Amino acid sequence: MMTVGDVDETRNGFDTSKMLTEWETGTVSDLPDGRTQHTFVMEAVDKEIEIAPGVMFPAWTYNGKVPGPALRATEGERRKIVFRNYDSQPHSIHFHGIHSARMDGVPGAGVVNPGEEFVYEFDAKPFGCHFYHCHALPLKRHIHKGLYGLFVVDPDPARHAEHADVARSRLLGTPENAGWQELAMVMNAFDTNFDDENEVYAVNTVAHAYTKRPIRILRDKPVRIYLANAVEFDPINSFHLHGNFFDYFDQGTTLTPTSRTVDLITQCQGQRGILEFSFKDHEPGLYMFHAHQSEFAELGWMSMFEVVEQVA
Amino acid sequence: MNDVSSTQTITAAPSVPQPSRVALAWLILPLAVLALAITWLVTANPLRTFDNGAPPVENLTFERTVLSSDGIEILVRAGGSEPMTIAQVLVDDAYWQFAQEPSGPLARGATAWIRLPYPWVLGEAHAFKIITNTGATFEHEIAVAVPTPVSSVSMLSAQALLGVIVGIVPVAIGLMFYPALRGVGRNGMNFLLAMTVGLLAFLMIDAAGEAFDLAGESAAIFQGQAMVALAAAASFLLLIAAGRRGGTPAGLTLATFIALGIGLHNLGEGLAIGAAFAAGAAGLGTFLVLGFTIHNITEGIDIAAPMLKKRPPLWTFPALTLLAGGPAVLGLWIGSLAYAPQWSALALAIGAGAYLARSDGRGAAALLSWPVMAGLAFGVTFMYGTAMLVKV
Ligand SMILES: [Cu+2]
Repeated sequence: MMTVGDVDETRNGFDTSKMLTEWETGTVSDLPDGRTQHTFVMEAVDKEIEIAPGVMFPAWTYNGKVPGPALRATEGERRKIVFRNYDSQPHSIHFHGIHSARMDGVPGAGVVNPGEEFVYEFDAKPFGCHFYHCHALPLKRHIHKGLYGLFVVDPDPARHAEHADVARSRLLGTPENAGWQELAMVMNAFDTNFDDENEVYAVNTVAHAYTKRPIRILRDKPVRIYLANAVEFDPINSFHLHGNFFDYFDQGTTLTPTSRTVDLITQCQGQRGILEFSFKDHEPGLYMFHAHQSEFAELGWMSMFEVVEQVA
Repeated sequence: MNDVSSTQTITAAPSVPQPSRVALAWLILPLAVLALAITWLVTANPLRTFDNGAPPVENLTFERTVLSSDGIEILVRAGGSEPMTIAQVLVDDAYWQFAQEPSGPLARGATAWIRLPYPWVLGEAHAFKIITNTGATFEHEIAVAVPTPVSSVSMLSAQALLGVIVGIVPVAIGLMFYPALRGVGRNGMNFLLAMTVGLLAFLMIDAAGEAFDLAGESAAIFQGQAMVALAAAASFLLLIAAGRRGGTPAGLTLATFIALGIGLHNLGEGLAIGAAFAAGAAGLGTFLVLGFTIHNITEGIDIAAPMLKKRPPLWTFPALTLLAGGPAVLGLWIGSLAYAPQWSALALAIGAGAYLARSDGRGAAALLSWPVMAGLAFGVTFMYGTAMLVKV
């Protein structure tokens, strides 16, 4: 069964159907060495969000959204993240990626006190499907309150001659990439009564959001999901697709799948990866996807794809 | 008691000077200050300095569950500092469709039915969790799910029969010992009276304990513990005061008080058994019913004991039996139809107060004689022993 009623997404300030395809690429500037630099502004603000119909959660957010903006860049680009903390607690952004100790976003290196600012700078590498989150203490609380998001680094086709076509299909902005339906999904959960157990599970925050409003999939277009697990308290989470199988790229750091033809993958806390599949040979209809921990599914992490014929 | 005090006021009045207008004005002053204080509190809201932004305190008590082929219905009572809003309902850790009636926020003390079309499973446990809009959760468990009996003539008559067996029959049997009891000598008499004191002491402790247990389950707004203590004290004082009108209660008067106390106790127990039926929790086997019956035979002896010196008219025996045992039937009915723990607690507390009233006025001098000691010990032991048959 399901939660009763609807969430006011206008009041939340983020739309669960739009956040599937919203990528933040930052403002682009040229560096003296000829490379491009992408600058992002991230702000920590606290905000009450509705995570299930009628259930409000006092969240800590990046830019007012949970999950935070899905950041996207290309391998080798310079990235500059201006982080301002408007909350009453110290926060940081700890990126999973290759960077120096000074830029790690941990206590002593980039944890920002209320009202202050810090600039994280590093090269986007390695390519893959990564994750960022607050690393202030206590860690569990800073993560489960809502400070996390996707950080996707697209492969540079020039650096991967042997799989240049695959790399091009992953690189945002190419015609090959436009042939895919790409979706950003963060599996998350909320401990509404602060007893270190989650009451609400979801993909992209709102319980049952994609059951009530299924994600429309064009039958002919392959699907790529950037998936991360931000759930706290439960050691693992999972993704199971109905009526179909997919290829899986654990952490997204390879151009060939790490698992082929599977319909279920598990992710521990902070793990993420890329799923690729197609409904080309399927009849249109509703195809479920959900955590195969039935408990999570019944607590909100239950979703639907609505596969439709290509519209002319 | 009331007439006594009012007579005193009237006779005392002439010696006191007539209240003057000045005296009246002195009455108005404090009231005016109170009105001013309230106005200031409401308009200036000086308490806002204490508002630390914390969410309001919420509380929710589960009072009744009804299981039927349509699903599950739960009666909840709100006890928050502000009206509270039920956002979602989970059954067995899954969000479930539900309807709230009446809908909307629940004011402090208000109740609502939560109706869930849930396919519950016979004999299994089911857990409920209610999440409010602030994310607070309230949990309740049905240990063994069985369909809630639908009130029908056949069910009510079956319950009446059960009430007669556990309430009326044992009292009647106990009273039938009357002729035999009259034949005992002075020591035997002391033994019997002391035994009833022991029996009643046990019943008082038992009833008070049960009352406090049930009070703990009831909504905080009823302040269960205080309610039980006050109800027991009130019934104790009332019975003492009423009894003293004709001197220390003895004979038929005392027997009537004991019967009344036992009646209230049986009402409370009837409520609890009826509610257990309604909740499906009672696996009342023959053995358990038998245990109750034997346990309660002593109630009849309790009633008979004070009347041994002077035989009352015959009609008083059935009347006392009905007074002491009849409420069991009433309790079973009410308990199965409309039950909340606070009502059972209240009835048991009143009964406990009545037992206490009975123990009052016993001469301490006689306490040390062997028949009395033996009687007390036997009474308590017998009750404790037979209670072993029924405690689950
Ligand atoms: Cu933080």
